[in-house]
Amino acid sequence: MDNLIWIFVSALLINNFTLTYFLGICSFLGVTSKLVTALRLGLANIFVMVITAIWAWLLNTYVLTYAPYLRLISFIIVIASTVQLVEMVVKKLSPELYRALGIFLPLITTNCAILALALFATNKGYGLVEGIVYALGAGGGIALALVLMASIREETKLMDIPKVIEGTALSLIIAGILSMAFMGFAGMFSAS
Amino acid sequence: MSENNSGNEHTSAAEFLKGLWDENPVFVMVLGMCPALAVSNTAINSMAMGLATTFVLVFSSILVSSMRNLIPNQVRLTAYIVIIATMVTVIDFLLAAIVPDIHKTLGAFIALIVVNCIILGRQEAFAAKNNVKLSALDGLGMGLGFTFALLCIGSIREILGSGTLFNVPLFSDKFEPWVIMILPPGGFFTLGFLLLFFNWYKQRRKVKKV
Repeated sequence: MDNLIWIFVSALLINNFTLTYFLGICSFLGVTSKLVTALRLGLANIFVMVITAIWAWLLNTYVLTYAPYLRLISFIIVIASTVQLVEMVVKKLSPELYRALGIFLPLITTNCAILALALFATNKGYGLVEGIVYALGAGGGIALALVLMASIREETKLMDIPKVIEGTALSLIIAGILSMAFMGFAGMFSAS
Repeated sequence: MSENNSGNEHTSAAEFLKGLWDENPVFVMVLGMCPALAVSNTAINSMAMGLATTFVLVFSSILVSSMRNLIPNQVRLTAYIVIIATMVTVIDFLLAAIVPDIHKTLGAFIALIVVNCIILGRQEAFAAKNNVKLSALDGLGMGLGFTFALLCIGSIREILGSGTLFNVPLFSDKFEPWVIMILPPGGFFTLGFLLLFFNWYKQRRKVKKV
């Protein structure tokens, strides 16, 4: 149990996917101009990540032991089809949620964080439960980073900012400061 | 006919050069950020990552453009992804065999070249519509532009963060390394300030022209 909590907190804060591994930066910079969309994208991310973790475990256990060189190709195909499947199911079961997620659901396929999750979980040798907890932590971490970033960027709209720094440059520098703040979590567990 | 030829010469040079500067994938189009920041803490890592990406880009462009009339439109993205994933698997094993140390430091980020948006972007925007020669040149230009950008970021971070360049010490012992530069925040700061510099340079040129 301790181990599971550790995996969760580590993925959520200490090794935050966005702020320390730079994964999912495209959506981090692209869709964080509004808080509501950032939150929705974050939730969609967690959802797809958990499903991917389950798939990755199934593939690793039952298929890839016979053909390890197919790992990358099979992961990416599974992710793409999972996203497609999730999209169809959500559309059928809850049209409201589908409208709310909009374009972000298909875009998750190209989010590097999803593939990275599958690869990292494999490299670390996580089992099914550990993999799901890891996915929850990593997805939560991404959602947290997206929400923080969106809140800060909503504030910057009201400020008087020099024209040179507007846009991506400003976002990157804010991200740098956020990332520095998250480094503070690194000491949290090493003491105990 | 000769005119046509010279026209082709001109475009192939242009297709190659545009990736290096005018449409530089990192500095101008801001694509492929995750590998650009994650592995750029030293110049050597940046170069290895850049060249690996160039390899994947060139060979997937060649494959996609030679099969562009065979791939049905509905499944084209899946087909591109499979081609790219195959090329990445090849370079992954190549690096593991030739330079095991670098392969170890880059780790999962080699595999993550698959989801680098530059590569899929070039297949969709260029290789699917142009012939093999132009697509290969476009891929090579974009790849080298990416390598150049990565090398810029990597060199700055290595010089400031550990006082070395390609592992050669640059300063005397009195230099106090800025450890933050080789840690994750340094990546964000370096790219942020580089983009800031490019914005400033572009605006100054505009003002001068007026």
